[in-house]
Amino acid sequence: MQILQQLINGLSLGSIYALLALGYTMVYGIIKLINFAHGDVYMLGAFWGYYMINQFHVGFWTALIVSMIFCAIVGVVIEFLAYRPLRNSPRIVVLITAIGVSFLLENGMSYLFSSSPRDFPQAMQMVRYHFWGISISNIQILILVTSIVLMILLQLIIKRTRMGKAMRAVSVDPEAAKLIGINVNHTISFTFALGSALAGAAGVMIGLYYNSIDPLMGMTPGIKAFVAAVLGGIGLIPGAALGGFVIGIVETIVQALGFSAFRDAAVYAILIIILIIRPAGILGKVTREKV
Amino acid sequence: MLLQVKDLSVNYGVIQAVKGINFEVNEGEIVSLIGANGAGKSTTLHAISGLIRPKAGKILYNDREIQKESSQKIVSGGISQVPEGRHIFPGLSVMENLQMGAFLRKDRDKVKKDYANIFERFPVLEERKNQDAATLSGGEQQMLAMGRALMAAPKLLLLDEPSMGLAPIFINEIFDIIEEIKRNGTTVLLIEQNAAKALSIADRGYVLSVGKIVLSGTGAELLSNDAVQKAYLGG
Repeated sequence: MQILQQLINGLSLGSIYALLALGYTMVYGIIKLINFAHGDVYMLGAFWGYYMINQFHVGFWTALIVSMIFCAIVGVVIEFLAYRPLRNSPRIVVLITAIGVSFLLENGMSYLFSSSPRDFPQAMQMVRYHFWGISISNIQILILVTSIVLMILLQLIIKRTRMGKAMRAVSVDPEAAKLIGINVNHTISFTFALGSALAGAAGVMIGLYYNSIDPLMGMTPGIKAFVAAVLGGIGLIPGAALGGFVIGIVETIVQALGFSAFRDAAVYAILIIILIIRPAGILGKVTREKV
Repeated sequence: MLLQVKDLSVNYGVIQAVKGINFEVNEGEIVSLIGANGAGKSTTLHAISGLIRPKAGKILYNDREIQKESSQKIVSGGISQVPEGRHIFPGLSVMENLQMGAFLRKDRDKVKKDYANIFERFPVLEERKNQDAATLSGGEQQMLAMGRALMAAPKLLLLDEPSMGLAPIFINEIFDIIEEIKRNGTTVLLIEQNAAKALSIADRGYVLSVGKIVLSGTGAELLSNDAVQKAYLGG
């Protein structure tokens, strides 16, 4: 039963990584940028949820939705101010800018609101259910179910809506997309909004799960979600979801086996291994570089 | 005059690709621009579609200057382009590719009719409408690219090397389709290296050489012109 218990713990943690990884992979798909500030958008989402619940005494669901909207706006503004002016610059320039934005958000938040962790309000009473020797909390179920619902919604938006199709068109061929009248900049903004909203949801849920938030909380999950996106195949949406769950489960199992100290190392080891044996990721197609 | 290009110059970095060219396209015509690789043909089309800003000169569409307009506005104004190399969207189904062609249109009833028209003209697209566009053959992809551009309901269709890389049987079909598009009331500006074919269906044509227009005339005149024969028709 122990293994099943760890699987459940891994799945709820993994769904947080999956939500974050989706943002990485969508942005990469459309502008080929690893948006290193993405983990910090997740942090801002958690803080905004904290603020909404403490100041306005809203319930968990309201806080979740308002945080998603807030983060969507933050994502669009970051893209507009930091990345859009560099649209025709080499990719490395934009990448370094993303790291700069990340530092700005982390240190700016530490400066404004202090870097010490604060308790996330318990907007929902934690209840634990025990059956078949497994213990699962209502918050774990909530995280898992909410994440899956959001992923299904995302899939529907991308597959069925006009903007979702435009996103896919711009991802594969921006020039051709322009020629049929798609506004590439709007489509990129839309992508940032979607990805950042998912990060906001993840931030609020992790606040509720771990009970604690701080301005640097986005660093490690951000990098792990990036690993998840690479593991699944960067640019591939199902890959990001799969990678997120795999990373969550691996991390939980390593911890359960008594190697808590190596739990982060295990994730980075996965990154190294995948880059060596299958750089395109689990779901990625291997393309040969022509020389 | 539907389209009028006046003293158009376009640079690619330091290279002057188009050097002050003048030409026009009248409503209902097929006009062919022919010339060798690097003559500036594609650059001219890119400028008309708003993908690249001209260095100098004007592009008038229905007497309105469009050389500074966004590609979006140009498409919604009624100019759509089938790019060189087709550039269909892989990963999107055939149907989704066509839907993307109608991206800016609001007249839904008319759009539905246009899908039916496209499928009538290109039955193979209807057979494969749920397939990933990347699985189509070269000729089918060319048809999809043309169908996609037509879904924008253009008044002026720009075609960039539609016969490139296609089997001869498809080439004939593509040129038949271009004539049919004209009969249905869409004006066509065609760029081709296959000068014989392009001139035989053209009302008028221009010969472009290293960024300049060196000859112009009706399709038949250019076809029988000695210089054209020598340079482009292997005669």
